[in-house]
Amino acid sequence: MTKANLLLRRLTQAIRKLGAVTLFFVGMLQALPYAVRRPALVSRQVHNAGVLSLVIIMTSGFFVGMVIGLQGYDAFSRLRQEDLLGAGAALTLLKELGPVVTALLFAGRAGTALTAEIGLMRATDQISAMEVMAIDPMGRIAVPRFLGGVISVPLLTAIFNSVGILGAWFVGVQLMGVDNGAFWSQMQEYVETGDVNEGILKSVVFGVAASLVAVFEGYTAEPTAEGVGLATTRTVVITSVLVLILDYMITAFLL
Amino acid sequence: MTDAQADRPMIEVEDVRFSTAGRVIFDGMSLTVLRGRITAIMGPSGTGKTTLLRMITGQLRPVSGRVLVDGQNVPGLSRHELFALRRRMGMLFQNSALLTDYSVFDNIAFPVREHTRLPETLIRNLVLTKLQAVGLRGAAQLMPTQLSGGMGRRVALARAMVLDPDLLLYDEPFSGLDPISMGMVLRLIKVNNDVLGVTSVVVSHDVEEINQIADYCYVVSGGRVIGAGTPDELKRSDSELIRQFMSGAPDGPVPFHYPAPDYRQQLLNEGQRHD
Repeated sequence: MTKANLLLRRLTQAIRKLGAVTLFFVGMLQALPYAVRRPALVSRQVHNAGVLSLVIIMTSGFFVGMVIGLQGYDAFSRLRQEDLLGAGAALTLLKELGPVVTALLFAGRAGTALTAEIGLMRATDQISAMEVMAIDPMGRIAVPRFLGGVISVPLLTAIFNSVGILGAWFVGVQLMGVDNGAFWSQMQEYVETGDVNEGILKSVVFGVAASLVAVFEGYTAEPTAEGVGLATTRTVVITSVLVLILDYMITAFLL
Repeated sequence: MTDAQADRPMIEVEDVRFSTAGRVIFDGMSLTVLRGRITAIMGPSGTGKTTLLRMITGQLRPVSGRVLVDGQNVPGLSRHELFALRRRMGMLFQNSALLTDYSVFDNIAFPVREHTRLPETLIRNLVLTKLQAVGLRGAAQLMPTQLSGGMGRRVALARAMVLDPDLLLYDEPFSGLDPISMGMVLRLIKVNNDVLGVTSVVVSHDVEEINQIADYCYVVSGGRVIGAGTPDELKRSDSELIRQFMSGAPDGPVPFHYPAPDYRQQLLNEGQRHD
């Protein structure tokens, strides 16, 4: 096979997969009323995807905030502008690091769990059993997990940002001696509503993307041990790349 | 049920063709399942017996031909009609397919809660009745991971029959079971049929077991039906293939060996990789 043919084949596969994801998404929208009528299914998934991710999100957020505190202090002190540390840390976290790192952590913890869970349900015929029982597995399995992720990611991002700012405050104010009042007042002065909205928009888009990839990969996984393993890996890889690409696109669009 | 309905076959598979991944599974498959009977579908592994069940449930569509269940052409049904038809079916999966995050009780209650508005007290009694029938009332609160293979199969059977379906499909119900569990499942299939009048389709290659309960048998091989009749008729069949299958002879028309190059030549070709 020539390189041109191989490239064409890869391109066709990619377009076909994009089509499959789109059809899957439309299928989920059609099954949405089923899940909306059963809020307990969705809240259970918010617990699985969101509450169970809290420890890793808060730990990571605090350390990321502390690193921003250190690096920010170093950079601002060269300009003799240490008081701007609060504003710098908040803007970095709210606009960029918060949504991006939360989405990446979500893909690693909750996304992989979703893919593996749904993939194993496929491999053990649980999805087939539901179909035969005249119960739509899209409504019962896919949509609640998707909604659980979509709801969780923005909330986790908000928690990541809050803890991250505390991390930066701890290093900047408590360890490096930045003035406490200046830290918070400069943040209040320079952080605008638009910055917060940008972060919220990103976290919602990343939540949709990460949850869609995780649920789709699990639902379409080859029903074997190897197939589920590969699908889980694809979830992390695709989500990570997708989040970074979407991040650039949203940033370019909003600036 | 009128006489005309009673006489109409429950399942009619007419000249079905089906292929997947470039491999032809069915090439002119036709069979009929009579109402209220136990019909066995037998055949060597890989002949598409499970595929046939998935066509009856509408999970797979044939390339051509018709699959009629109670007079309705399954591939031509709308999603709504298909779901309505499936509510009248139950299926026992080879690996039980119990929902792993639900207890035994909740697994059996699951289709009832989804399809009816019965009060919980009634659902409880219904589930306990079915569990009693399969001898597992005491295991109601166990999780699927705590069950043995035989227990799991019996729970799945209770779930399949909880809505009192007209048609029960059994996919390899005896595989991997110890003799006691096998005897229990065998008896339950027979009781379901005799007492409740359920039409049963049993896909299996456990010839001895299935012959004890089947009213009629089909032997499937090479994408089509190669023999049909009562178990006794099949045992007396002229076909070497059917006789080999019914007697379980290791070699015959279905060879023991997968196609391979000459054994002696292969052994003598030292150093040649054969992977």
